Amino acid sequence: MSLNNTNTLSRINSPKTTYQYDEFDKDFIRERVAEFREQVRRRLEGSLTEEEFRPFRLMNGLYLQLHAYMLRVAIPYGTLTSQQMRRLAEIADRWDKGYGHFTTRQNLQYNWPRLIDTPDILEALAEVDMHAIQTSGNCIRNVTADHFAGVAADEIEDPRPTAEFLRQWSSAHPEFSFLPRKFKIAITGATHDRAATLAHDIGLRLVKNASGEIGYCVIIGGGLGRSPFIGKIIREFVPRSALLAYLEAIMRVYNRYGRRDNKYKARIKILVHEKGIETIRAAVEKEFAAMDHTAFQQDPQEFERVAASFTPPPYEILPSESSKLAKARVETPAFNDFVSVNVSEHKIAGYAIVTVSLKPINGIPGDATSHQMCVLADACDRFGFGELRVSHEQNIILPHVKKDDLFALWQTLDAADLATANAGLVSDIISCPGLDYCSLATARSIPIAQAISQRFSDMARQRRIGKLGIKISGCINACGHHHIGAIGVLGLEKKGQESYQITLGGDPGFSASIGEILGPGVSADQVPEVIEHLVDFYLAERHETEAFIDTWRRLGHARFKDVLRREGEDGADI
Amino acid sequence: MPASRTSYAGREKMALISKGEFVADDWRRLADEEALPENGKIIISLERLDNALKARGANGDIGVIVDNTLEIDKLIPVLAKLGLIAIAFPSFADGRGFSLARLVRRAGYRGELRASGRLLADQYAHALGCGFDTVEIPDDLAQRQNETQWRSASKTHQRTYQRGYLSSGSILDARRKAMQ
Amino acid sequence: MTQLKHPQILLASNLKDGEVVFLGHNGWERDFRQARIAKSQEEAQTLETIGKADFSANIIVDVYLTDVEITEDGAPRPLHYREKMRIKGPSVRLDLGKQARGAPDELE
Repeated sequence: MSLNNTNTLSRINSPKTTYQYDEFDKDFIRERVAEFREQVRRRLEGSLTEEEFRPFRLMNGLYLQLHAYMLRVAIPYGTLTSQQMRRLAEIADRWDKGYGHFTTRQNLQYNWPRLIDTPDILEALAEVDMHAIQTSGNCIRNVTADHFAGVAADEIEDPRPTAEFLRQWSSAHPEFSFLPRKFKIAITGATHDRAATLAHDIGLRLVKNASGEIGYCVIIGGGLGRSPFIGKIIREFVPRSALLAYLEAIMRVYNRYGRRDNKYKARIKILVHEKGIETIRAAVEKEFAAMDHTAFQQDPQEFERVAASFTPPPYEILPSESSKLAKARVETPAFNDFVSVNVSEHKIAGYAIVTVSLKPINGIPGDATSHQMCVLADACDRFGFGELRVSHEQNIILPHVKKDDLFALWQTLDAADLATANAGLVSDIISCPGLDYCSLATARSIPIAQAISQRFSDMARQRRIGKLGIKISGCINACGHHHIGAIGVLGLEKKGQESYQITLGGDPGFSASIGEILGPGVSADQVPEVIEHLVDFYLAERHETEAFIDTWRRLGHARFKDVLRREGEDGADI
Repeated sequence: MPASRTSYAGREKMALISKGEFVADDWRRLADEEALPENGKIIISLERLDNALKARGANGDIGVIVDNTLEIDKLIPVLAKLGLIAIAFPSFADGRGFSLARLVRRAGYRGELRASGRLLADQYAHALGCGFDTVEIPDDLAQRQNETQWRSASKTHQRTYQRGYLSSGSILDARRKAMQ
Repeated sequence: MTQLKHPQILLASNLKDGEVVFLGHNGWERDFRQARIAKSQEEAQTLETIGKADFSANIIVDVYLTDVEITEDGAPRPLHYREKMRIKGPSVRLDLGKQARGAPDELE
């Protein structure tokens, strides 16, 4: 059943820079594939009803959507090898329609798998140490991490070893697989929070205490969706050796006391909101104290084993500046634009972090064709030590590129329509699939993203505007994270038509905030217009290089609301 | 009254799974209105427990069925006197019973721990991992979730990633052993 | 015979491949134009009964009735924009889904 492996065998041998499955890990996912194959058989013959099959289907990442099934493949902490990316491309070609969608939780979605093919797809994934375990269902989901993990200059410690630890700890957990609702964990190891830890059921921050010991600040009860909440700190410092025990205590309290009477009130954020953080903290601490920590204590050797596999690649010793890069920037303006927008500082001299935008102007945010996936795989083998990341902004990161190689990389990307120089700019829109694909959606989101992107297609104008995060959700489940967009767009239904509510002032980082509603919903046609008016107002009012969110904070929401009201009074098209 | 307890009080025929097989039940479920027999293994509701223990003594023939929302403090004084504790699962999607089982075991209970309700064979590993010995399911479910499925479920996932859940050991323990 | 406010068709998802299907006169059809149209409560009830039976027979899942209007060519066109999407495919990828296979006329 395995796909043709010759391309993976003949590729350049990349060093191993991420977690390597041992025999136990491989057995685990193979066993899981066999189990699911059997579950599908029982479903088709009827010994499992749909109601019974559904939680197991979901725990293997398979949804039923608007037009077809959808398979959500886990990309743990957003890290992929080139071999894995190639396999994703092969699966897209063989069992889907030649493309995939990268999500806001660092996973990949296929939109057209058949139920009967899914066991084979899972087997093809297992061959490259990948799976779709717990990417859905009322269980602990993919643990997401900072997409610049291991390479960012502001990092205290790489969060990925911990994330891998948590992945194993949360996989097929006998006690926590039938929770009141889904459970999402995110972890950051840097001073800038690129993992939106305050918007997760549990957010973890690597910190150092006064004696320099590494531990975790534990945050609980964040979440977007119907009732957005910013997470609260439950404990400032949990030492590494106690992390799993502490998390187990939280999970046990949630499993026992989370509401099960109402699907929309079942997340831990509601429990924290209704009982108060002090009550929940007391319950967790009580449980933590009663636990026998030795029984399942995180073995320091085990953590070392996991951490050791995240070896930095064999960086060369290079000067911090590259004359080759400088020359190319002068000679090729389009390349220069790419470097100034999509390339970030690396902690190692002579290297850079490259963001590959999956948001071409007028394109579908987060989508990549199988050809583009192969181009990315080849590019990262040539220029990036065979390692890629998926960001929750639905872009791909090549985390280790020599400055000397940036131009050659850019040329490769450009040929595959992967060189849009808009990382973090107004056209780098985060959007859920919306009603074009999703059965939960109340409105379409992708065409809105496309229209906005088209409206701001002038790249020079985008650079002038600077960093501006627009996030679009096609329903109140908020998979597009619109609550934490500087400009958020929420697609609803009003009188049988799609209607869009715009919010301002959301922020995903450490100073997290939830966006405020601008006014009544507008039609799809009006959205790009409204956003343009808001952006023009911002450009007129900003102080120097003040970001949109900061201007909004300084001037206040009312001033922005006035912009639209004034436009309305002038008889403009609002 | 929770549906699980109503159905438990003799109204629904149940099948019992032990070690991956359907077995006969040594225990008899007593409806609330039924009088306490003088001997024989009986499972009664929590409200009757004090009286039953007084009347029959603690020779391991008394078992109790509890809701999955039970606060463990209520049971701790009598744990050593019970021959069986059954935890009701109102729906297979309701995982509270798994946590309660952990707490019951942690409190030192050594008797039979039984998961009772509409559990699926696919949850057998979860039940065993959390300390249940046996699972009882309604007959109509047993028709579809036949013994083959329970038997094969008892053989899968011999190891968990999590420590302290299965006596057959965790993957961590296996790794350590392999490194020696 | 109780007349329905709007005629209705029955849709579902094929269990094995997830495609949207419509109850026709001889089983499930992949083209909405072949859908059996119910004009009365009783007819709608009949469709639902067949739907429930086929759900239990593990042929389809997620079965429900939806309101339609009958156009000049006699075809049922869903009234709600969500079902309008389902008979065609993603609006942003006209090369995919049902619309790519003998696409029905544009509704808008």
